[in-house]
Amino acid sequence: MDVALLSRIQFALTIAFHYLYPPLSIGLGVVLVMMEGLYLKTRLPVYQQMTRFWVRIFALTFALGVATGIVMEFEFGTNWAAYSRFVGDVFGSALAAEGIFAFFLESGFLALLLFGWNKVGPGMHFFSTVMVCLGAHFSAIWIVVANSWMQTPAGFRIAQHSLGPRAEVTDFWAMVFNPSTVERLTHTILGAWQAGAFLVISVSAFYLLKGKFEEFARRSLGVAAALALAASIGSLATGHLSAEGVNRNQPAKLAAMEAHFPASAPADLYVLGWVDEAKQRVYGVAVPGMLSWMLHGDAKAPIAGLLAFAPEDRPPVQLVFQSYHLMIGVGMVLIGIALAGALYAARLRPPPSRWLLRLFVASVLGPQIANQAGWMTAEVGRQPWIVYGLMRTNDGLSRSVPAEAVVFSLVLFTLVYAMLFALFLFLLDSKIKHGPLDEDLTAGPQRA
Amino acid sequence: MTTDLNTIWFLLVGALLAGYAVLDGFDLGVGILHLFVDRDEERRIFINAIGPVWDGNEVWLVTGGGALFAAFPAVYAGVFSGFYPAMILLLVALIFRAVAIEFRSKQPMAWWRRAWDVSFSAASFLGSFLMGVAFGNVIRGIPLDSRGEHLGGFLTLLNPYALLTGLTTVALFAMHGAIYLVLKTEGEVQGKVRGWVNNTIIVFVICYATTTMATLLYLPHMGEAFKTHPWTFTLPVATMLAIANVPREIVHGRDWRAFLSSCAAVFGLMGLVGLGMYPNLVRGTDPRTSLSIYNAASSDGTLKTMLIIAAIGIPLVLAYTISIYWIFRGKVKLDSMSY
Repeated sequence: MDVALLSRIQFALTIAFHYLYPPLSIGLGVVLVMMEGLYLKTRLPVYQQMTRFWVRIFALTFALGVATGIVMEFEFGTNWAAYSRFVGDVFGSALAAEGIFAFFLESGFLALLLFGWNKVGPGMHFFSTVMVCLGAHFSAIWIVVANSWMQTPAGFRIAQHSLGPRAEVTDFWAMVFNPSTVERLTHTILGAWQAGAFLVISVSAFYLLKGKFEEFARRSLGVAAALALAASIGSLATGHLSAEGVNRNQPAKLAAMEAHFPASAPADLYVLGWVDEAKQRVYGVAVPGMLSWMLHGDAKAPIAGLLAFAPEDRPPVQLVFQSYHLMIGVGMVLIGIALAGALYAARLRPPPSRWLLRLFVASVLGPQIANQAGWMTAEVGRQPWIVYGLMRTNDGLSRSVPAEAVVFSLVLFTLVYAMLFALFLFLLDSKIKHGPLDEDLTAGPQRA
Repeated sequence: MTTDLNTIWFLLVGALLAGYAVLDGFDLGVGILHLFVDRDEERRIFINAIGPVWDGNEVWLVTGGGALFAAFPAVYAGVFSGFYPAMILLLVALIFRAVAIEFRSKQPMAWWRRAWDVSFSAASFLGSFLMGVAFGNVIRGIPLDSRGEHLGGFLTLLNPYALLTGLTTVALFAMHGAIYLVLKTEGEVQGKVRGWVNNTIIVFVICYATTTMATLLYLPHMGEAFKTHPWTFTLPVATMLAIANVPREIVHGRDWRAFLSSCAAVFGLMGLVGLGMYPNLVRGTDPRTSLSIYNAASSDGTLKTMLIIAAIGIPLVLAYTISIYWIFRGKVKLDSMSY
């Protein structure tokens, strides 16, 4: 295998594994703010017990996010040195801003969130929870800014430099608010809220199924279902905005998402399908003209298809099509599940049946699948470009790193990450089986 | 020395890396010394001594890396890709360090805890050693082409000078960690750790003296700044005095002052490297290929924007860091939320 393919596989592996955790931290961060806020408002001990239990789960996801995140920050330099030289002026700024504005805030207040129960008063503890949650969101902001710039570069010029041509920032705010930042950021954050909320729904439903910790589980489920419903509906809305943005800014990606081949023709919207890339056909169920109607309000409006682009400028179609439709399918199911959870929590429906509780338990996988598939759509859909229209992925590689070295690191990361994932599941499972602690009902945050 | 934008960024990136060495240096040192105590409670005290702060300390490295990427992308790209296997091992070491701290006390089984204790210690040792090796190579000079790509292989990185700076870094962090532990422990554990301080200082001073001799003999370029600006010689003297002050403060039981002395020594050492290197960031075997603060820098516009970001961010960072250390001051007490 060549070094380009190996480096891409390694990046995909390390980012996909990393991306299991930050969405959980962002989403659980919001859940924690809601729970601790409810505790301070109502002073009901169960809210304190909930906060403390979910803080322990949060700590686990956060630790894995940190451990796997540092790999991401170094990997641009190790495997994509030519890319790093080309974009350092732009992309490096966003990463540095993330460090200084997000990570310091997050890690500082995390210490108080985890270990500060007896060191600071309840108000200050709540403030720390809010700051950790905010820090996690800041981190998402800068990373999505950096990634959006790779999708829709703006606010820069290409300049000659002694080590080769490179992109230099000419307008910082145009770089930050490049054409896809806002819709991609909101969509990403809502996806993260879903990840956290559905984890809480899942664990709570598990307790209800087992008839354990009922009060704790019912209230956790109530808080999480409210967040899940808002985030799931919001994801649909921002997803639509994102698709419109892709249509404007990255038409080749949009064409791949719906496997729309004709250079210019009204486009259908597929519910399910299989792409035959050789015959340039899709076998599946489609609503005729629906894509045209959704993007232009006219079912007959022509949309540029893959054939409008030179073969070397087209992204892989099957992978983009399937991950995009997987994301949408799962997203729709999640709206239904969140609605069922919210109706029950609002006492508009009697307690859910056992099969519905089992569906709640399984729902934790939904946002993870949708988030991964969404990123796959965004990143594979950007191919063959590493920076859309400016630099091809293969031109961004490290020239001094041979294929053997990447094989070594890829094998190492695969082994280490497989082990970490097994350990994560084992520890998560043992924490869930252990359940909330009785002592947390009476602990009461107080000064030592 | 002119104070242009590039020099300011040299100082800022240097300050971030020095901040990292001072702060995470003692975390890594605690890890290096971790296996020298064997009771479970003592090991938990060690881990919880760094528990609330190690994560924030590692952020200095993450931000230092980000700042290097933003201000001197050619160095970030050239060094990280050039030292590929070493960087990958460093990342794996940092992963194991992080998860060992998080996972160790979450299960009661003796084999589980022993496995994570060994991971924690080995990862701390390996991480410190590899950072030292990387620094040694950047100082000694590496073969670079005209585009700033590293031409050597992995084995060229394992030269005697770099191995020596690797060991010196391990010894420095072990000393720094021992002094930090004196500050955070009490009773029997503290008595034990207090006894280690002198030994770690002796090991470090031997390594440091050897590295200094090797540097002056084989890498005369590192001494140029001290020849042209003789007043800078106060820095090595001050660093030596800071190191010598540590045992004195420990004997008198002024642990805080001993720790501050050790911090000053780490900072001073980073200053010495910086002074010797300036204005280069990576020395090329052929000096014409060296990556300097000029040919490796981002555009002036970006350096200016980043300076505004730093001016907003650094006071916030210092405020969080100082508050956290203040709130978590005092001896370690184990409770149900501890590691």
